[in-house]
Amino acid sequence: MTRTLTCHPGIGPTVTGPALVAQDNFSARYDLDRIAGVFSRPQHALYGQSYRDVVLVLNTAKGGVATAWMLHEMTARGVAPLAIVLNRANTILAQGAALANMALVDRFADGDVTTLIATGDHVTVDPSQGLVTILGGA
Amino acid sequence: MKLTDLELEMLAGEHGRARQWAVRHQQQVGRMFDAADTVAVAQAHMMADPESLGEAGVALVEGFAALPEADRRVRVPMITDPRGVDLTCYEPLGQTEEMANLERRFVAACRAMGILMTDTCINYQTIMPPVLGEHMAYGDTGVVIYSNSVCGARSNFEGGPSALAAGLTGRTPRYGLHLDEHRRATRRYRVHAQPADLMDWGLLGATIGRMAGSYWEVPVIEGIEGIPGSDALKHFGAAMASFGSTPLFHLAGITPECPTLAAVGGDALPATDITAEDIAALRAPFEARGDRLDVVVFAAPQLSLVEMGQVAALCRGRHRHPDTALIVCTPPGVYADAVRMGHVAEIEAFGGRVLQGTCFYQQYAREIGQANGWTRLLSNSAKIVNILGGYGYRPALATMADCIASAEAGRVL
Repeated sequence: MTRTLTCHPGIGPTVTGPALVAQDNFSARYDLDRIAGVFSRPQHALYGQSYRDVVLVLNTAKGGVATAWMLHEMTARGVAPLAIVLNRANTILAQGAALANMALVDRFADGDVTTLIATGDHVTVDPSQGLVTILGGA
Repeated sequence: MKLTDLELEMLAGEHGRARQWAVRHQQQVGRMFDAADTVAVAQAHMMADPESLGEAGVALVEGFAALPEADRRVRVPMITDPRGVDLTCYEPLGQTEEMANLERRFVAACRAMGILMTDTCINYQTIMPPVLGEHMAYGDTGVVIYSNSVCGARSNFEGGPSALAAGLTGRTPRYGLHLDEHRRATRRYRVHAQPADLMDWGLLGATIGRMAGSYWEVPVIEGIEGIPGSDALKHFGAAMASFGSTPLFHLAGITPECPTLAAVGGDALPATDITAEDIAALRAPFEARGDRLDVVVFAAPQLSLVEMGQVAALCRGRHRHPDTALIVCTPPGVYADAVRMGHVAEIEAFGGRVLQGTCFYQQYAREIGQANGWTRLLSNSAKIVNILGGYGYRPALATMADCIASAEAGRVL
């Protein structure tokens, strides 16, 4: 059974992939080993997990401005998430997604998106329409 | 997002490919945040270290730099955040020629575009501080939060690509902190523990940032006794921005937009108390007394001339332990002054290294740590200990004086 969530229109192309979900925040500088393609910050809820080719579903952005360049660098090397889905993005995530042409959406009408999508769900993110469709579990 | 006639010409490609890219980038970002139009900026400040840029980012900017001069030069004064490689000192740190070459290529591209290589995250102390109400396109969260809060300027966090776009167009989308409604307080904090030194100011800022927890929250803070100095507010803001992604705070009766609580709407908000226990709880994961110490770092933010003098005075007549390194990061302009005043010589006599125009966490910190076998790191910066956990370090926090004493002892005191 599919379910569609409504959010603010975002940035980037429509993509489909498996979700990786946590009630935690995101910074490419603070949280990732971008060469290995894994979450490297020991305190992060996704520590040790690969972020490659997944739809990352997290709470909000944190930390500094480096993510604005890093998403582009990660995408160029092919070691990047397919999309980032947040309750609330900051300006840096939006700028980074624009440069990287990575799907990014936030501000969901249905509530806390980290509780609405589960890890392993296949989801389609459509930033131009502001829609995220949950296609079902993996 | 409504564009000016000139922006429409840029979008149509009449002013070259770089400015066309810039307007397209700003349209995407502006739409995400429902910007009605754009606003002229007085300066742009770009964070762009080669670790963040990678080959792809450097190649992008090189492509712009290769355009005809009329198409490539920035339209407003544009300055840079710390570099990733101090080209006068990189081999001793374990940085590679490949890293240095990426840095050289990027610096050459920036110069071709007319960008001023200031290489600093404390431009509000050293270059040209913003004026109350002035719109900016600043990068580096510490620069933005200080400029917004202490100077009353108006800037969002502008990552490197957006700062570059603003430099090329002279404008930026008008959303977020360019608008009055986003500068009103949304959280009110009452401080019951007065900071005694720079580390304490960082810890207080970190505590409030973690509690606020979002770019879209604006803390107003009461209970600060006396008027904090520039270095204190530098550490306070940098830590708050690091832990909370917070771009603006108000200090009641101190910062320019907040002569009273009511001026920012703080009187209508419930107050949350900040106690010594709250601050101790934030510090607890960064305690490491007794541990063998690999490296002491003073950076993030770069040191002012006053801080350079303080470190030098602490180093005088002492020497670091042979197994413990000391690294100090300062802007090129401050470095020159610190050489002239003898501070650099005193730090070097202690066995320390003073790097110019870089900041430790922005200069391939993971690779430097691996090359030197460093894991246990000590600093007085709450910001840097927050960042470096993800880079394979075990960071700990101490006052400036305790950092130097620990470097001398070879263990965390």
